[in-house]
Amino acid sequence: MSLAKPTAEEIKARAARYPSKQSAIIPALWAVQHEQGYVTKEAMGEIAQILGLPPSLIEATASFYSMFLTQPEGRHDVVICVNAPCMLRGADEMTAYLGQQLGVRDGQTTKDGAITWHSTIECLGACGGAPMMQVDHHFEENLTPERIDAIIERLRTEPAAHGAKPEKIAAVPRPKGKRTQN
Amino acid sequence: MGLKPVLTKDFHTENLEQLAVYERTGGYTGFKKALEMQPDELVELVKKSGLRGRGGAGFPTGNKWSFLPKGVYPRYLVCNADESEPGCFKDRYLIEKSPHQVLEGILIASYAIGCNLAFIYIRGEYLPQHDALEAAIEEARQAGYLGKNVLGKGYEIDVILHRGAGAYICGEETALLTSLEGYRGEPRLKPPFPAIKGLYGKPTVVNNVETVANLPHLVINGADWFGAMGTPTGKGTRVWCMSGHVNRPGNYELENGTPIRELIEEHGGGVWKNRKLKAFQPGGASMMVLLPEHLDVGLDFDAIQKAGSLAGAGAMVVMDETTCMVDAARRYVKFFHHESCGKCTPCREGTFWMSNLFDRFEAGEAKATDVDLLLDIGYSIDGRSFCPLGDASTWFPRSVIKYFRDEFLEHVSEKGCPFKKTAQEAVA
Repeated sequence: MSLAKPTAEEIKARAARYPSKQSAIIPALWAVQHEQGYVTKEAMGEIAQILGLPPSLIEATASFYSMFLTQPEGRHDVVICVNAPCMLRGADEMTAYLGQQLGVRDGQTTKDGAITWHSTIECLGACGGAPMMQVDHHFEENLTPERIDAIIERLRTEPAAHGAKPEKIAAVPRPKGKRTQN
Repeated sequence: MGLKPVLTKDFHTENLEQLAVYERTGGYTGFKKALEMQPDELVELVKKSGLRGRGGAGFPTGNKWSFLPKGVYPRYLVCNADESEPGCFKDRYLIEKSPHQVLEGILIASYAIGCNLAFIYIRGEYLPQHDALEAAIEEARQAGYLGKNVLGKGYEIDVILHRGAGAYICGEETALLTSLEGYRGEPRLKPPFPAIKGLYGKPTVVNNVETVANLPHLVINGADWFGAMGTPTGKGTRVWCMSGHVNRPGNYELENGTPIRELIEEHGGGVWKNRKLKAFQPGGASMMVLLPEHLDVGLDFDAIQKAGSLAGAGAMVVMDETTCMVDAARRYVKFFHHESCGKCTPCREGTFWMSNLFDRFEAGEAKATDVDLLLDIGYSIDGRSFCPLGDASTWFPRSVIKYFRDEFLEHVSEKGCPFKKTAQEAVA
């Protein structure tokens, strides 16, 4: 599956903004994941070609970061935090409830392909609203079984949210003229 | 002392994230005033104010700026918005409510240090906050606050918003710079410090979101105004992120030095469900636990350090009498194990072994001697790791062993967690 033209253009525009094109690797991976839902080895090869860098460099970087997916997942991405501040406010109970309602284990996708869920020990930055989860990277706080039910019901029918996985990378034009520091 | 909204004073204003509304609250007057000053004057102002970095280490911001070698260009400013410390959610709040305040701070800092290209490194999980900043940058660009000739003053500045992709270690400044350069986010050896050799090998200042958000107010009101707030070595205010077993968790901006008791009991409404306070943890996952006897300690870098913990990134995790301290420590250790970048052996292997031992306690398979084994592993990591992630992974568990050793032994004698009535699925 080769990259769509707008994705390739985005990557080029992004690379032009940084003093080093290598800095565009992570933005490029986001652009690919945004278009295709996950990042294949072939896509990394294409990124390498666009940026003029060795493919191994793209793969080395991609494999370090936990948010780049290597295989397709459900339309929606649900991540529930089980770190200590959330645990104190009942995250374990909410996690068990979520798994039970979805009927699949941690890390799996529901049979209808609507939701992939997993628990995470990585704090998501909403301890003040614990227990919490992120749905397509948007915050859902102060979870209760009723709220979880409502969220699941909504996601079952909702199409994949725009920008759910990676965001759109706006190709902001560089200010015209030569940069003083470059 | 007490609540002192400076950064958060206009947060009740609707649509504050919009440029026009932000300007009506006095937004960008700080940057305009800064542009009338000489960059060196700004550095002196920040030095004189006593502002210390709000990211965790508390290093004086003005000093950090003045370490940049004279005459070496280009130089970069990087705003660290990779907030990932468990217990912390203030940067998210500051960005969400007022992205322009953060951006204005970045512009002031950039001008002060002579930087023409600044970066914001925001954690990948903060997508709505990323979008808020992106919109703010675009609005500011249209209004002429960013560009080749800012407000006709001949200053050039551009800001690149860079989204991370899930790595706690990238909050460490050298790992952040490595990540920003497109590599795996592993930390670098210091020295050379980023001020000498940072991003792309150029002089670089890395400042936290809350640190830069202070700058517009500092420029408008002056160093004396700023210095009048807080304690002699901890000027100004801080946004404290309170979570855990309190009635009203959330962000509270307090004057530095305000007693911890006031934060928890007054603003947080006290411990929930009429239960007793067992322990609390300032600073975030990395920091040592404190006890009710420490409630009168002031919220201040030095006071908290004297009490045996660290103020870190401004978290306040409150734990009531029903909390299993072993399980709390287990979660944090698992977190550090998960987030260890693998570069150095003490951290990579040590967090793995600590995590295994904690699982043994949880499963009721631990021996009494495992408590000392945990301590032993902790000593082998702390001070022997490449970066502070490894060191910090040991601080909370060791402090829990210091104050709550009995709870570990109960896990041994009762063959499992005495706090859990029913067995629950453990964290994988």
